[in-house]
Parts: sequence; C-alpha cells; structure tokens
Amino acid sequence: MRGYTATLATGEAIYYVDRKRWLWTMSVLYPLQPLLGVWLHAATGAQAWLLLPLFLGYVGIPVADWILGEDRNNPPEEVILQLDRDRFYRVLTFLVVPLHFVALIGSAWWAGTQSLSWWAFTGLAVVAGITSGLGINTGHELGHKKGRLERTLAKIVLAVPVYGHFWIEHNRGHHRDVSTPDDPASARMGESIYKFAFREIPGAFRRAWAIEKDRLERRQKSVWHADNQILQSMALAAALQLGLLIAFGWKMIPFLLVHNVFAWWQLTSANYVEHYGLLRQQDEHGRFERCLPHHSWNSNHILSNLVLFHLQRHSDHHAHPLRRFQSLRHFPELPTLPSGYFGVYLLAYVPRLWFRVMDPRLLALPHINGDLGKINIDPDKREKIYEQYGNMSDATS
Amino acid sequence: MSVFKCPECGYTYDEAAGDSHEGYAPGTPFESLPDDFACPDCSVRFKEDFEEA
Repeated sequence: MRGYTATLATGEAIYYVDRKRWLWTMSVLYPLQPLLGVWLHAATGAQAWLLLPLFLGYVGIPVADWILGEDRNNPPEEVILQLDRDRFYRVLTFLVVPLHFVALIGSAWWAGTQSLSWWAFTGLAVVAGITSGLGINTGHELGHKKGRLERTLAKIVLAVPVYGHFWIEHNRGHHRDVSTPDDPASARMGESIYKFAFREIPGAFRRAWAIEKDRLERRQKSVWHADNQILQSMALAAALQLGLLIAFGWKMIPFLLVHNVFAWWQLTSANYVEHYGLLRQQDEHGRFERCLPHHSWNSNHILSNLVLFHLQRHSDHHAHPLRRFQSLRHFPELPTLPSGYFGVYLLAYVPRLWFRVMDPRLLALPHINGDLGKINIDPDKREKIYEQYGNMSDATS
Repeated sequence: MSVFKCPECGYTYDEAAGDSHEGYAPGTPFESLPDDFACPDCSVRFKEDFEEA
C-alpha cells in the first residue's frame, strides 16, 4: 500500500501508511444500496428486499458502529499535505457522482415498471431519497474545494437530491454563521428536529438566494441570469426529474415527491445533530468568536465515517473547511455524539428521547459546565429549560 | 496595488486583478470591499483577518 515519508518536528523520520485508503471505496459504493434491494427483489420475487437498505442503515450500521467502536487514528500533521495531494482520494469523490444518478434512475425505473404493492413502492422511494441525500454529502466534499472541476461536479451531483442551493448556502452561509442563533442550519437546545426542519429548509434556501443575488448584483446581472449557480443546478434537476416522468409515466409524481422530501430530510438530520445547542460567544462589539472545535458535535465511529467521507469528524472540518476528507483529524475532549449519524438520527426522530440523552451531554461539556448562557436555546423553550436546568451552573461552579 | 491573503486557506485577493467571479472589478482596493467580506473560498476568515502578502 502506498505510504508517505516525512520528518517530524522532533527530527524523527516516519513512514505513514493510511490503512483506510481502500476502505474509502465504501463511501463510493454505499449509494448503490437501492439497487441491491432491486436485485434481490428481482432474484427472489420478494418485495420486502427493497426495504433492505433501511435495515442496513438504521440497524446494521449502528450495531456495527457499536461493535467496531471508534477510530482515533490521525495522520501526522507532517504528511497532511502529501495525503491531501494524493489523487486517489480525489478520484473516489469523482467516481461516486455518476453512481448517484445510476441509483436514482435505477430505482425510478424499477418503481415505474414493476407492479409493486403500495408499501414496496413507497419504501423504494424512501430508500432512493435517503440515498440521494448522500449525494448532498458528496456535493459537500466536492463543493468545498477550489478546483473548477470539483465545484462543477458538486453542482451536478446536487441535482440528484434537488438541492442546488446547498453549495452556496453551506459554504458561504452555514460556515460563516454556524453555532449562532441566526443560523437556520444550527439546531437550538429544546428545538425538536420537526420544528427545526421548518426553520432550516426555507431559511437555508433564502440565505443561499440572498448570497447569490448579492454576487450577481455586484456583477450587474439579474438574479435570474444564467450565471446564477443555484439555477444551473436546479435546471439540471428539473431536466432529470422531467426525463423520469416522461420515461416512466405518472407513477413518478408520487415517487419523486417522496424521494425529494427524504433526500432533503437527510440533510436536515445531519444539520440537526451537528451543532445542537452549541453557541459561539460574542465580544463586546457583538462579534461572534471564531468557530472553535467545541462548536461541533463529532463521532469517531469507524463504519459510519467510512460510508460518509469522514463527515462526522466535524470539528476539524469547520476549523479547516477545505481540508480533504482523508486528512480530517480526531481531537480528544470534543463534543461527542453517542453513536454515528445513522444511530443518532433515530434518536433525533424521537424528540423526548433526544432531549433526554443530549441535553445533559450538552450541559456537561467542559466549556459550558451547566451555564445556560453559553447554549443556543430555542426562545420558545427558554423559560422551561431555565426552570429545569437553571440552577445547574450554581451547583457545578 | 497590493495582494491580501486569507490566513486559513490561502485565497488571495489581488487588488490589480479584482475577483470577477465575486463581482469585484480589477483595481478595486481591498479597503473598499464590503465590511462583512468573508473569504470566498473558506468563509471562516473575514476582512479584518486578511494579511497583506
């Protein structure tokens, strides 16, 4: 396996091998999961196989995360530059782009041409949607890079989940405003994921549109000009979905509706768990402190990281947004989720359970230490939360 | 005409060249960029963080 040589600050020469190098192909192949269900349905005649990816994602991966545990390995700082420049990892993110299209078109073809029961049809649409949600993760990794090819591929892949505004919204909006009360993509303590979705989905679109409108105005162009990068990706999405409608008929209307909602829901789920309750402090001029490692929740669970291009090493990502997935590092003492994203999403979908697990975890973070003034709290729940936890700061200080 | 660099990601703003994608014409001084100017590449460093290269 390929390795990298470097000299540490101590003068010691090292040879570093990335043992996860080939395991990253899991992030490339995972989006083909709907077709695994289709193949098993075709081979056995049992429609229930179409739901297999739901079982794999929400039972298989959390259980595997629990069994395999965490991966605390970091590449040494001295080899990061070589690791970042290794084209192998970049090619993986290129290869997955067409696979997202294959997964959606293949699922739509099966839903549109087979006589499926209503539950199998809906299940396949949900699976296809969740998988297209992974396309936002692919677009995320590509869209953070400076290269023209990577940015173009980001816009192309974001057409699959119909989320063309994500690239601008996330890079220029969310990273700037993360863990502040006004960020529609940072969840507040006491805010359920369902309430969050109604703030996040429209709020993120409005912010992306405003940022792109400003840019085009500086260029003396209308926001409706063909240079609008949101419209470029959305036009491709419209062509794709219209093509599916023409190819496979009216059944595509319910199929794509369910697909699109679940694709967006995947991003909502990720955004919800990534910064829940965390708050950057303001200086005397009202300026927010720089985003620090303790402003993101992380998970080091190895399997879920291997199918998500290391997205769960979120603190390092926010500290260095352009750093490539293979180089993201783990740090001790960071806010840590109890499981990988797949497991904690299930927790988030049952708000009472989520609050019960996460609120004490949030309050116990060393930089918060029970101080509610250092938490991003849902204004509607402020009174109730102060009633419940208000004395903790006195008790722990 | 000077060049200003983002200390996080290395993006450079060259006053002579401006940044056509962002809508800043050639010759636009760094000083006259908006007060809330964020690095167009990483968005985590702001106007006051930029260093003259």
